[in-house]
Amino acid sequence: MTWRREWRRARAIAWKDLTAERRSKAGFNSVTALAVTMLVLFGFALGPDTQGMRDAAPGVIWLSVLFAGVLAFNRSYQIELDGGSLDQLILYPGMRRSIFAGKLMANLAFVGLMLAIVVVTGIVLFQVKVPRAWPALLAVLAGGTVGFVTLGTFYAAMASRSRAREVLLPLLLFPMLVPVLLSAMEATKALLGGNLMNDAGAWARLLAVFDVIFLAATFLAFEAVIEV
Amino acid sequence: MVATNVAIDAEDVARRFDTTWVLRGINLRLDAGEVVGLLGANGTGKSTLLRIVATLLRPHAGRVTVFGHDIVGAADEVRSIVGYMAHAPGLYGDLTARENLRFAASMLDRDAREADDALARVGLTVAANETVRTFSSGMQRRLAIARLLLGRPRLLLLDEPYSNLDTDGIALMNSVIEERVAEGAAALVVVHELGPAAPVLDRTETLVDGRIVDPGTSDENTVISLVANDR
Repeated sequence: MTWRREWRRARAIAWKDLTAERRSKAGFNSVTALAVTMLVLFGFALGPDTQGMRDAAPGVIWLSVLFAGVLAFNRSYQIELDGGSLDQLILYPGMRRSIFAGKLMANLAFVGLMLAIVVVTGIVLFQVKVPRAWPALLAVLAGGTVGFVTLGTFYAAMASRSRAREVLLPLLLFPMLVPVLLSAMEATKALLGGNLMNDAGAWARLLAVFDVIFLAATFLAFEAVIEV
Repeated sequence: MVATNVAIDAEDVARRFDTTWVLRGINLRLDAGEVVGLLGANGTGKSTLLRIVATLLRPHAGRVTVFGHDIVGAADEVRSIVGYMAHAPGLYGDLTARENLRFAASMLDRDAREADDALARVGLTVAANETVRTFSSGMQRRLAIARLLLGRPRLLLLDEPYSNLDTDGIALMNSVIEERVAEGAAALVVVHELGPAAPVLDRTETLVDGRIVDPGTSDENTVISLVANDR
């Protein structure tokens, strides 16, 4: 019964964040535009060598999503801070973890949609051949998104009470993201290179392990982060 | 289960921000059915005290219980019986009035119909489908009152609840306080001007420099002198 109630609360928070985002549109449009612009800029920096661009595509796509995603995480707590809503959110009785679960679901939808746009743009821009094992590629992209968004949502909550949160969030987040980013990037690279069973599988398994560890750790630690 | 009629029991509560002590040993007791006005010039710690009782801040010394529940050890129990209204309305500007209340209803485990009833009670049914960003400050304050009603709190913690309210809004605020008190609740109300709150206050407490100076009765002169000092 309690879990059902907490699930209802988490869904309410996710619905509220996504409805606010859908109405304003400012966040999604600007963050996605930034990610796509970064792809284009990386393309210019890498030069006209088609094979070089293809090789660099997985790293470029993930880095673009990473930098743009930081803005999305900051924004997910900014809507609570703007009208003093964070206090009200904390004052609702119940488990603090449902707040985290709600924010996580909303951020997963937000970053997932942005990632889809960035990947399609990246495939076109960098002339990447879609592998036959595209479901595996989708799974790796989903796994990388889960790890990235979990840590981003957690550290954004931690930074939200700081006046320097825009600077603090990347400083806290980026070092912690290295294992997720590395395994997601290598798995993507292996899949796009046609190496299905060897490197890709190992990196994907490692990514899944990191996802589980980070999900468990952040759910356990969230209460200490959000409470004063 | 803690059964007590003491709504707030604060003993030697102290709180500092960095090295500055904002509260320096507050002792305050509120019984169920009481409405107490908290007076004091700006910066004397009124809002800090309210935030501590609401579990939004932890005291650095002392102890507070709300209907027998310790605000640190049993924060969730306290939150389920407290209704806190801050300066900022704490609403979501991109959601409509109805969506704001339905969100609060979901978080408080209330029915969506109760949200609509609360909206009607504060006179915002006609504006239910408008986004809150388009509301005046007074309308936002009314919506915050509706959210307060949804929680059916046993203890109201109201930080300057009359600001931005017109005459009808002030009457609405007072009727909500009276209604909750009639059902056994208590209220601690931070006020700068005694006028709007006078009809509902049982007594006042005055904070000066982080301490409650002397318990008194509703006295307009006290407030006048405090406002004068503030200037």
